[in-house]
Amino acid sequence: MSLNVDFTFSLNGKNVAAVVGVTESALDLLRREFDLAGAKLACGEGECGACTIIVDGRSRNACLMPAVDLEGRTILTIEGLWTEKGVDPIQQAFIDEGAVQCGFCTPGMIMQARYLIDRNPQLNEADIVRGLEGNVCRCTGYKKIIAAVSAASEGARS
Amino acid sequence: MTVADRIIEKKSVIGDRVAKLDAPDKATARTRYINDMVLPRMLFGKILRTDRVHAKIVSIDTSKAKELPGVHAVITASDAPDGKIGVLADNPPLKSDHVRCIRDEIAAVAADSEEICDVALRLISVEYEDLPTVFDCTEALSEGAPIIHEDKPDNIAMQKNFSHGDIETGERESDHIVEGNYNVHYVTHCNMGVSCTLADYDMDGRVTIYTQTQYPFNVKMDIAPSLGAHPGDVRIFQPPIGGAFGSKLDVYPYEPICAILARKTRRPVKLIFSREEEFVASPTRQPVEFRVRAGMKKDGTLTFRDVDTLLNNGGYTSWGATTPYVTMRTITSHYKVPHLRYRARAVYTNNPFAGSFRGYGNVQATWAIETHMDRMAEVAGLDPIAFRLKNANEPGEITPQGANLGNIDLVGCIKQAAEKSDFLAKWKRNNQSWSNSERFKRGIGIAASLHNAGGAKIHKSDGCGTMLKMDDYARVTVITGASEIGQGSDTVIAQLVAEELGVPMRDITIINNDSATRPWDVGVHASRTTFVAGNSAKRAARKARDRILRAAASRSNVAAEKLDLRSGHVVQAEDGVVIMPLDRLLRQMHFAGEESELVMETDYYEPPSEPEDENHVGDMSAAYSHAAHVAEIVVDTKLGLINVEKVWSVQDVGRVINPVGLEGQIEGGIAMGLGYALTEELKIVEGRVLNPSFRDYHVMTAPEMPEFDLTFLETDDAEGPAGAKGIAELPTIVIAPAVGNALYNATGVRIFDPPMTPEKVARAIAEHARQ
Repeated sequence: MSLNVDFTFSLNGKNVAAVVGVTESALDLLRREFDLAGAKLACGEGECGACTIIVDGRSRNACLMPAVDLEGRTILTIEGLWTEKGVDPIQQAFIDEGAVQCGFCTPGMIMQARYLIDRNPQLNEADIVRGLEGNVCRCTGYKKIIAAVSAASEGARS
Repeated sequence: MTVADRIIEKKSVIGDRVAKLDAPDKATARTRYINDMVLPRMLFGKILRTDRVHAKIVSIDTSKAKELPGVHAVITASDAPDGKIGVLADNPPLKSDHVRCIRDEIAAVAADSEEICDVALRLISVEYEDLPTVFDCTEALSEGAPIIHEDKPDNIAMQKNFSHGDIETGERESDHIVEGNYNVHYVTHCNMGVSCTLADYDMDGRVTIYTQTQYPFNVKMDIAPSLGAHPGDVRIFQPPIGGAFGSKLDVYPYEPICAILARKTRRPVKLIFSREEEFVASPTRQPVEFRVRAGMKKDGTLTFRDVDTLLNNGGYTSWGATTPYVTMRTITSHYKVPHLRYRARAVYTNNPFAGSFRGYGNVQATWAIETHMDRMAEVAGLDPIAFRLKNANEPGEITPQGANLGNIDLVGCIKQAAEKSDFLAKWKRNNQSWSNSERFKRGIGIAASLHNAGGAKIHKSDGCGTMLKMDDYARVTVITGASEIGQGSDTVIAQLVAEELGVPMRDITIINNDSATRPWDVGVHASRTTFVAGNSAKRAARKARDRILRAAASRSNVAAEKLDLRSGHVVQAEDGVVIMPLDRLLRQMHFAGEESELVMETDYYEPPSEPEDENHVGDMSAAYSHAAHVAEIVVDTKLGLINVEKVWSVQDVGRVINPVGLEGQIEGGIAMGLGYALTEELKIVEGRVLNPSFRDYHVMTAPEMPEFDLTFLETDDAEGPAGAKGIAELPTIVIAPAVGNALYNATGVRIFDPPMTPEKVARAIAEHARQ
C-alpha cells in the first residue's frame, strides 16, 4: 500500500491524473478516486463481467486490470455514455426492451454491448450471444438483454 | 355541448408494455446500490470465520488485532448481547464456545479500510478442540451420533407431518405401486450484489440499518434480541440491491455483527462480503432426500402418495427447515390423490444451512413429484400428457390441506403446452430411438406444478399498507409497504394506480425504502407483491378516485357515478367530454377555505386467506396457480451434454398487467431453474464448500439459453388486482423435471439426483448401455 504511482489518462473524454497504490485494481481506482460506481465489484476474478469498461477500444474486466496499467490509455465507463444529446442508444434499448431487472449486471452488459457494436456494426444474434458469454445476469434469462443489443445494433446500422 | 368540447377516449394501461420505472437510472448507473453506499465517517467491518466444522472454542485472543493502527473495534461473543437469531433462535451471531459449521463467526473488526480489517483478522488467534463430526442426515439420526445442539439430543431441528385418508386403503386399491428416491442438492442464490449491510447508531441507542432485507418490518423483531434492542428502535432502510431471490428473508449473523460494531464505535460501519464469502456463508437452497411411494389403479387413477423426507439442516435453523410448509402443499395438492402421508424431518449436521430461495420447497417437491409422475405414466402404459390430465386438479377443488383452488387451469396449462410443442408426436418418435447408435438424441419432456399465487399466510398478517397522496399538480405519491428488489413491483403498482386515477405513469412516484415512513408489509416473498401490494395500492387509489369524483360532482351538474378520470382530466364517463382538468380540481379542493381537503388516502389490504391449523389444513393463499413446461433437448450421448433447445411455458397468470415484466420474470425464472437442473451445485464435502467461485459454480450464461415460447392463460382472478395472480416462482419450480423427463425420452436414462451434469449423464448412459 505504501508504494504509490502518479500518472495521467483519459477518462470519459477528459484528461485526469491519479495517484494509485501499485496493488490497486482499475476498478478500485475508478470507484475510490473518481466516484464512478457504475462498474461493479461482483466477483473480483474476471468471471462475471459486472466491472466491464472499455480501454483503448477494447472491453476489459476492470477488476483484473492493475490501476497502473491505465497510464496513458483512453477509458470509457458507463458514466461516459451519456451526452447532452441523451442516453446512448444501447442504454435506451435496455430500458425499452425490459433488459433491466435488479440492474447490477446492467452497466457491464451495456459496456460489453457498446464494445461489440463498435467493433462490428453487422452483429447478428449469434455474435451477440457469444459476445455476452462473459457477462453473468441472475435475473433476466438474457433474452431481453440480447433483444436490446440486437435493437441497438440495428439502430446503429440504419 | 358544442363541437369545441374536448373528448378523451377511455384508455387502459393494464396489459401495456411499460418500461420499468427504475430502468433509466439503472441503465445509466445513476442508481447507487447498497454495495456502493458511503456514509460520512464510515468504517469498514469484516468477520473472522472459523476454519473448523465442529469444535469447542478454547480461547480467542484479539489483543494484537486491537493494537493495530486503524482498528477501531474488535468484538467477540463477549461484546454481544445473548439474543440469538434464526427461525428457532439457535444461532448466536458470534460464537462463544462451540462452532458447528464452516461459516461460524468468531470475531469481527471495524477499521478505517477493508485492508486493515484483513490484517487485523489475521492477528486474531483462536484455539479449538475438535469435536466428532456428522454430515449425513441418516447418520445424524443414528444412535450415538455427535450432538450438534445440546438441547436437541436427537439432532432433529424441526418436524412436519401430514396425513389424509388412509395409506393402507390406498395401497389395497392400487394395481401398481411405484417407488423412488430423489435427492436434491445444494445450490445458492448467486445474487450479483454480494451480501452487504451498513449500520449506524445514534447516541440514544436507536439504530438505522441499511440492508438488503426482503422483510423490512418483521426483520426488526428478529434482529432486536441479538442487539439487546427494542424492535421499535430499529429503523430499516432498503437501498437498491443486486438481487435477492429469497436469500434475505431472515436475519443472518453479519447484520447484528455490523450493528454491534457500529454501536461500539458510534460510527457508521459497512460490512460487505467477498464473492468467496458469499458462496461459503450465505444461505443455500434446502437440500432434501425424498423417498416417494405412490400407487394407482390399472387405468392410471392415483390412489395414494406416501412421501418421507430428510432435510439436511446444517448447523443452525433458518427458513430452509420450514420449506416443508410448501413441499407439503405440492405433495398433497398437485393432482388428485385420495390417500396421503407426508413426513419431514430437518436434521442438524455440521454442514452449512439453508434459507429460503425462489420456489421455496416447491422446486424440490416438483422435481420429485413430476419425475415420479413420468415414471408412473410409463408403468400405467399412458403417455405423460394423458396420465397427468387423468389426475389433474379441477377449478373449485378443495385440496386435502384445505386449499380452495378457485379458478385454476391446470388442464389448460398441460393441454396447451402439449399442443404448442407438438409433444405427443415428438415424444413417440423419440421413444423409438433409444436403441439406435446415433450420438445425438432428441428428447421432449413435460412437467407441471402449482403454487400459491395470492400471498401465503405464514405470519399473523399477510397484508400490505399503502399511503397515497395527490398534489396540486395532480402528481401522485404512493408510499407502499412493498419492496422493489428489481422484480418490477413499483411499475406494476404504478400501473394499477394510473388505471384508477387516469393519470400518466410518469406522474406517479413510488416511495418504499424506509420503515419509518412506509406502512407495514410482510415482505417480498411467496410471489405475493403484485397480488397483495397491488391490491392495497389499487384500493387506496380507488378511495382517492371516489373522493375526487365526489368533489367534481359537487362542482358540476353531473353525478359522481357518471364521471370518470382520464389522462389527467375529469370527464363524463359516457362520452368522454372533458369537465375540467384534474389538477385544477385538486387545487379547488385544496384552497377552499374551511371546506379545504387534501387527497390523501390509506389502505391496508389483508388477503382473504387463513393460516394453517395444527394439522396443516387451511386455505393459506387467496389464489393458486399452475404452470406447465415442455422442454425439448438434444443429448450428446458421448459427452453427456444436454442442450435445451426450446422451452414452452404455459402459465395461469390471472391477468397480464405488464407483459414486459411478466416475460422477464418467467424467462429469468426458467434460467434459474435450468441452472438447478443442469449445472449448479454447491459442492459441500465434510462440511466444506469446494467451489466458492463463479469459475467452479456455473450459473447459466447467454449461449446456454433455449428459445422460449411463453403463453399466458388469463383466468381473471376475482380477488387479484385487475384479475392478476402472483407469478414469479412457478417458472423456477417447473422446468427442471421437464428437462429430466426429456432426458429419459431421449435416452431411456433417468437421473434421480440433479444437477444433470455431463459427467453424471454420460456415466448413466454408459451404464444403461451395458445392461
